[in-house]
Amino acid sequence: MESTVKKITAKYGSDPSQIIAMLQDLQSAKRYLPEEDLRELAEALAIPLTRVYRIATFFKAFSLEPKGEHIINVCMGTACHVRGAERILNELERQLGISRGETTADQKFSLETVNCLGACALGPVVVVDQEYHGDMTPGQVDKLMENYR
Amino acid sequence: MKRIQSAQELQGLDQVEVKATGCHGFCEQGPLVVVHPQGVFYHKVKVEDVPDIIARTVQKGEVIESLLYALPTTKEKISLEKDVPFYKLQKRIIFGSNGLIDPTSIDDYLAIGGYQALAKALTGMSPDAVLEEVKKSGLRGRGGGGFPTGRKWESTRNVDSEVKYVICNADEGDPGAYMDRSLLEGNPHAVIEGMLLGAYAVGATDGYVYVRHEYPLAVTNLTMAIDAAREMGLLGENILGSSFSFDIKISRGGGAFVCGESSALIASIEGQVGEPRAKHIHMAESGLWGKPTVLNNVETWANVPVIIDKGAEWYRSIGTEGSPGTKIFSLVGKVNNTGLVEVPMGITLREIIFDIGGGIPGGRKFKAVQTGGPSGGCIPEEHLDLQVDFDELGKVGSMMGSGGMIVMDDRTCMVDVAKYFLNFLKGESCGKCTTCREGILRMYEILDKITRGEGELSDLDLLEKLAVVVQEGSMCGLGKTAPNPVLSTLRYFRDEYLAHINDKKCPAGVCKELIHFEIDPDACTGCHKCARVCPVGAAHGEKKEPHEIDQDKCIKCGMCYDACKFDAVKII
Repeated sequence: MESTVKKITAKYGSDPSQIIAMLQDLQSAKRYLPEEDLRELAEALAIPLTRVYRIATFFKAFSLEPKGEHIINVCMGTACHVRGAERILNELERQLGISRGETTADQKFSLETVNCLGACALGPVVVVDQEYHGDMTPGQVDKLMENYR
Repeated sequence: MKRIQSAQELQGLDQVEVKATGCHGFCEQGPLVVVHPQGVFYHKVKVEDVPDIIARTVQKGEVIESLLYALPTTKEKISLEKDVPFYKLQKRIIFGSNGLIDPTSIDDYLAIGGYQALAKALTGMSPDAVLEEVKKSGLRGRGGGGFPTGRKWESTRNVDSEVKYVICNADEGDPGAYMDRSLLEGNPHAVIEGMLLGAYAVGATDGYVYVRHEYPLAVTNLTMAIDAAREMGLLGENILGSSFSFDIKISRGGGAFVCGESSALIASIEGQVGEPRAKHIHMAESGLWGKPTVLNNVETWANVPVIIDKGAEWYRSIGTEGSPGTKIFSLVGKVNNTGLVEVPMGITLREIIFDIGGGIPGGRKFKAVQTGGPSGGCIPEEHLDLQVDFDELGKVGSMMGSGGMIVMDDRTCMVDVAKYFLNFLKGESCGKCTTCREGILRMYEILDKITRGEGELSDLDLLEKLAVVVQEGSMCGLGKTAPNPVLSTLRYFRDEYLAHINDKKCPAGVCKELIHFEIDPDACTGCHKCARVCPVGAAHGEKKEPHEIDQDKCIKCGMCYDACKFDAVKII
C-alpha cells in the first residue's frame, strides 16, 4: 500500500516550501507525526531531517507524541479566562488525573489548551473532538465527560 | 437551518427564500432568525419554534411576541432588527452584509453590489487612481498597528519588479478577537475583492491568504469563494476582459501567535519556521520570496471595496479626522450583549460597553476594559469617556490592536490578568531575542509569586525595570509590547498589587492561594446543594442545618459558590 507520505508528496509535489501544509496533512491523517514518516518526508523533499524537526517542533499544530482517542481542547482566550476557563481546566485535570498537554495512560484522552478559538461569546468553551461546548462551568465537566468515557 | 428548510418544503412555500447567512454579530442572543422584508428579529430560536415562525410570520405577517428580544432594562419588546439597541448605535458598513448573504454563494455577493468596485476600477480607474483614493480615504491598518494603508501600498507600487505579492493576514491571534474569522466565514468575497483592488493598484500578480489553523470554517468558505470567483473570471488571467491578471492561494498557519507578525508570517508561507527578522529591509521592497509585498489584515482588505465604491470623501465622513471609517470590535467578557460590533471611530468606550453592550451582567461593577490583545492594556473606569480611535487608545497606555474588547468586572483580578497575558506571551515568544525569551519568563515568575502571596514590594520596581529591558532589547512587536499588560495594570490598579503583597489578599477573589470559601450560617438554608456538587466532599452538613466547608479537603474549585442559590457561600 502507498505510504501516507507518498500520497502527500504526490499532492504537493516535492516542493519544500509546502512542508507546513504537508505536515498538517500528516498530522490529521495520523493524529501525530511519527518519526519514520518524518524521515521519509525529509528524504522525499531532499532536505535535512533537522529542518523537518525544526518546523515540527516550532508550530503548535504538530505533535511528536501519539494523541489520545478523544482530544479535549480548553479555550484559554482572554474572554474565556475572565469567565473562569482556568477553573474548568483544573477540574478536567483533576478528573482525568493528567496535566494540560498530557494524554491519559490508557490513550483515551488528551487534554490540550488553545489560545483562542474565536468563539468568545460562548465562553468558557471546551471543544471535544471538534464539538463545541459553550458556557461551561466546573460543575458541568462531569456530565460532559460522561459522553466520552 | 435544516429544520427551517424542511418545514418550508412541507408547507410548499416556493416564493420564500431561506438563507444560511454569516454571523450577525449579536452572538449572545443566538440562534437568530430575521424575517425579511419586514426585518422581524427573533432571538434564541429553538427548533420547535420554526413551524410557528413560518405559519404566522412568514405567511401571515404576524409578529410572535414570545420570540422577540426584550430590553434588559425596561423589558420592552422590540420587533424589528433595526430597532434593537445593540444594532441601532452601530454603523455596519463592512460587517452589515454578513447578515444578508449566504457566504457560499457568489451570486448573493453580486446581488448586494459585490465586485462593483472592482468593475469600476478596471473599467474607469488607473492603478494610480485606485491608490490615490485609498490614500485619500485615510484608511489605517486594522490589524493593530494602524499604519496608513495607502502609504504602505505606495512604497510597493514604487518598486520596479515583474513579480509582486499581496498578502491577507488572517492569522487573527489576539485572544478575545474574532472579527476576522467572522468576515472570512461570512463574507469572503469582500476580502477577495479588496485584495484584487490592492493588487491592481500596486501591480501584484499573486496573493496569499494566511489563515490560522484554528479557523477551519474560514478556510472552507474562503476556498469555495476563491473557486467561484475564478470560475466567473474574477480571478485568473485577464480579469473582466482587462489586461489585469491575479490569483489567490490559501496558506494555513501552524498555530504560532508570532506568525501574525509580518516577517514571521512570510517565513511561514515560505515553509520556514515563523521567526521574525529585523526590519531594516522593508517588506515593500523585499517581502515574500524576496519580492515587493503588501500585507494587510482581513478587515483592512474588506474596507477597500467600500472605499472604491463610495469614494474617499464619503468614507472620511465616518469616524475621526485621524482615524476615518469604522472599526469592528469583539465585545466580550463580563458584558451583557457579547458579540461583534461595528462602530464609527470616535465613539466612546462607555457607549460601546453600556449602550450597545448593555452593561455588566448581574448588576456587578465595571472595573476595566482590555483592548489590544497581549500587546495592549487595561483601561479603567476614569477613561470610559475616551473616544476610541488609534491615537486616543495609545494615550492611555493601551492600543487598538485587532479589536478585542474584553470587559472586566469587580470579580476580575488585575494581577491575574497581567499574569495571564505574560503566560500567553512566554509560550508564544519564538525565542530568538534573549530579552523576550528570558525577560517575559522572569516577569511571569514574579507575577506568579505575587499571586501566590509571596511577593515583596521590591518586586514592583523589578517588574518595571525588566519591562524596559524587554521593550528595548526585543526585535519584533511581540517583545516590544509584551510588558504592556503589566505596565498598564500597575499604572491603574497598583492598589490590587499592593493588596496581594502587603495584605496577602486578592480583592477580586480569584487568586487561589489567597482565598478560601466559607459558608455563612445565617444565609445557609441547609439545602445540601453545595454538598452534592462538591467533588471532594469538603462541603458537608445535615439537611436543613447550616453547612460547613472542610478547609483541609477543599480544592477551591468554586462549584459550591456557583451552585448556592442563597449567596451563602462566601469567598474570603
